[in-house]
Amino acid sequence: MERTTLDLWVGAFVVAGLAALVVLALKVGNLSTYNVSESYELQAHFTNVGGLKPTASVRSSGVLVGRVTSIVLDTERYEAKVTMSIDKRYQFPKDTFANILTSGLLGEQYIGLLPGGDDAMLKNGDEFKKTQSAVVLEDLIGKFFTTSVDAK
Amino acid sequence: MPIANSLRTIGRRSVNAVWRTGYASRFFVMTLFYSGTSFKRFRLIVKEMFSSGVMSLIIILVAGMFVGMVLGLQGYETLKRYGSESALGSLVALSLVRELGPVLAALLFASRAGSAMTAEIGLMKATEQIAAMEMMAVNPIARVVAPRFWAGVISMPLLAAMFSAMGVFGGYVVGVVVIGVDEGSFWSQMQASVDFQHDVLNGVIKSFVFGLAVTAIALFEGYDAPPTAEGVSGATTRTVVQSSLAILMLDFILTAFMFQGA
Repeated sequence: MERTTLDLWVGAFVVAGLAALVVLALKVGNLSTYNVSESYELQAHFTNVGGLKPTASVRSSGVLVGRVTSIVLDTERYEAKVTMSIDKRYQFPKDTFANILTSGLLGEQYIGLLPGGDDAMLKNGDEFKKTQSAVVLEDLIGKFFTTSVDAK
Repeated sequence: MPIANSLRTIGRRSVNAVWRTGYASRFFVMTLFYSGTSFKRFRLIVKEMFSSGVMSLIIILVAGMFVGMVLGLQGYETLKRYGSESALGSLVALSLVRELGPVLAALLFASRAGSAMTAEIGLMKATEQIAAMEMMAVNPIARVVAPRFWAGVISMPLLAAMFSAMGVFGGYVVGVVVIGVDEGSFWSQMQASVDFQHDVLNGVIKSFVFGLAVTAIALFEGYDAPPTAEGVSGATTRTVVQSSLAILMLDFILTAFMFQGA
């Protein structure tokens, strides 16, 4: 069995196909942004998570510091319990605010962290004590109507 | 008795259809059964990959490029109305990776390589080369059919990936280079919305299934073609029609399973 030009063409074809897959994974997809560094878990309770989804980003001052791993309903408090994994490089004070924010008017929702001034840092498994829920447009409109009726 | 005659025709056609389905299933199982022997002679698969995969490259790359460019233009025109041109990247990439890449690549593959497979095997049968192989105790399914089948199944996901990558490049050329959408937001919006597992891998699975369907239909139609000039031409037409329909129906089913509730 000897090598022929046919093998070269088929080999080039396979290599090009795999290269296209790698391009799709790294340049088009989000494989390059998957966090491979070590992380720790933090939790937060929200009365309303709005359109927040697992894999949504967790940002502080606009910098990506982690991702939401799970959202479940805590039946003890009847609030949404959001678990997120935060990059080990970033530590946050105990009195950090966790807010659900929206990027742009129609953009996706993410968790914004606003650090406080406490000296003690949050550790693996800890919970954010101060949270602010997502802004639900219907609630806002409802409030607007009730207040304008009251004003009359 | 025209009614009795038409009833007879309907009955004969239905029985024939069931008969053919059974024959097709047996043919497919035999192809899988004899795949082991053809993998031992990998040379044969490589040779068929050249004629079905490599020779389809140009049409796939050019078509992908132009589809991406059209997506860039149309997407820009629509997104501009909502002031969200920066989402052009995710529109182009998501539609290509999820749907257009696998489906259009498979449709082109069916008409470019599938029809050729049918015509080749049909003519082999018409010129009694298949019968000659059986005379020499060479199993035609192991020697002729199985290598073509696996060549098609391996080539299809690679071609679809190249189609999508080329399409994204075409969208980039029109959106960023020609129209002037911001390059940073084009790529970052794309990366934020395309998930590797959910979008890219599901696209690969889709194209793999399409590859199975197209090559199985093409090979069976060729093998089952009446050994006449008319029979081979009819079989080639049926290959293109049936595999195109199969691709679109399978696409609906797969999409319903893959992307629901996400």
